Amino acid sequence: MAMQFYASPEQIMRDRSELARKGIARGRSAVVLSYEGGVLFVAENLSSTLHKVSEIYDRIGFAAVGRYNEFENLRRAGVRMADLNGLSYDRRDVTGLGLANAFAQTLGAIFTEQSKPFEVEICVAEVGATPDDDSLYRLTYDGSVNDEPGRMAMGGQAEAITGVLKNEHRPDMSLSEAVRAAVKALSSVGGEGGASRTIAANQLEVAVLDRRRVGRTFRRITGAALTALLDGEAAADTAPAPGRAKTPTVPTEEAGKPTTSAGSADLEGQQQEEQAGE
Amino acid sequence: MFTNAGTSSFTAFLSKVAPEMLPGRRPLPPGMAADMAPHATTIVAISAAGGVVMAGDRRATMGNLIAQRDIEKVHPADAYSLVGIAGTAGIGIELMRLFQVELEHYEKIEGAMLSLDGKANRLASMIRGNLGAAMQGLAVIPLFAGFDLAASDPAGAGRIFSFDVTGGPYEETGYDAIGSGSLFAKSALKKRFRAGLSIDDAVRLAVEALYDAADDDTATGGPDLTRRIYPVVMTATAEGTHRLTDAETAAIAESVVAGRMENPGG
Repeated sequence: MAMQFYASPEQIMRDRSELARKGIARGRSAVVLSYEGGVLFVAENLSSTLHKVSEIYDRIGFAAVGRYNEFENLRRAGVRMADLNGLSYDRRDVTGLGLANAFAQTLGAIFTEQSKPFEVEICVAEVGATPDDDSLYRLTYDGSVNDEPGRMAMGGQAEAITGVLKNEHRPDMSLSEAVRAAVKALSSVGGEGGASRTIAANQLEVAVLDRRRVGRTFRRITGAALTALLDGEAAADTAPAPGRAKTPTVPTEEAGKPTTSAGSADLEGQQQEEQAGE
Repeated sequence: MFTNAGTSSFTAFLSKVAPEMLPGRRPLPPGMAADMAPHATTIVAISAAGGVVMAGDRRATMGNLIAQRDIEKVHPADAYSLVGIAGTAGIGIELMRLFQVELEHYEKIEGAMLSLDGKANRLASMIRGNLGAAMQGLAVIPLFAGFDLAASDPAGAGRIFSFDVTGGPYEETGYDAIGSGSLFAKSALKKRFRAGLSIDDAVRLAVEALYDAADDDTATGGPDLTRRIYPVVMTATAEGTHRLTDAETAAIAESVVAGRMENPGG
């Protein structure tokens, strides 16, 4: 009979944590912060179709880093839960805290029961009436939940990014200021010798939960509107057009694009040439 | 249970985890139930240049009684489409809410909207699911209209789909009406509809058609000037769906009524 090697529970948990931490640190980072007009998500993402940031419900958004298939699975579960609760009760009864708890349960169960934990870190953000009312929840691979008032960074060199973000962020920032602060924080690491670098607009995934909008508040900021914000022009910073966001756009738009995974971190340098031209 | 049901359809998800929330999945005792619940009545839809207009009266009836004077039967289905409900009010409202969630759910899961035809087919299968109840008198018939984002010519992008209790959808040309007053509304529209109407003209035409329906059908409510209850009028265009404000519909309804003071036949 084959002998099983003994491994202590501490050792198993340590190994799993290490695996998850390494996986998360390999990927690109994402930043979530409150600003005057809502909650801003900025993620570094080479794909424009495989999203790291997405809508869960009227006033709740989701951002994740790590393995795409794993956090996508959680996102879908979150959308299903939110839609089911919103239909059974009322749209107002779907809260960020409820979703954060559900994600924590799932992640915690996977961490202890499965042989491989999810290599993901998640932010559930809910926009309130004022920046003080916004809630950001950080969920880690082992199912722990943290309330992060105002701002948070995750994935990659999250600690260094958080440091920059802490200096730059104020809750009364305008959208344009907030986007530039987030991009400054994201680009403060990862250059040669740990120096800062430039991230092109097409490598950023930017979305907001718009405080002033009623109903579904989530909208993506892409193309010319994003470039204008990065350049600090005020035009795109004013209140959004009335009516609902046109996100998601017509599916045919991106049909010609090759499929790339948002989780794969080895695509760096593909779009550097465009960047150099700027 | 939320992670396992691997589909982007909300009704398919519900059928696995909470089948009792689907109207067609509830067992019904035998017998006719037609007169036990309020009925919602007339809805009209008109395609116009650059979009589509849908309007509904505000009355719900139960036999010879008026069950509700200010029911709202026309709703946005999503950002670019509208749905109106005729038939058993309770099931109709439930189906309409379910359809709204269905479209939003697909959009969130897939990151892209369903095509307009996809939305119509989805609604048809939901109506088909209610067939058992329909055969006992609890029928619900929707009218679906929307702006087709994939249309090559934006002028003809406003499309209308009708249904029957066995499903559908049937695409209609120009205009359609459902509900007890639809016969009269459609007769009015038949004489007055012209292809390429402006949105404003189509709105006026819709309110006129509802007036004609109310004129000859007791279950359809006309503009209620004393209580200031006017039809719900919505449009779907390239800019999305829009509900006319009460002040706007009041102005149109009052001008229609004023016109009928001089010529009751319109």
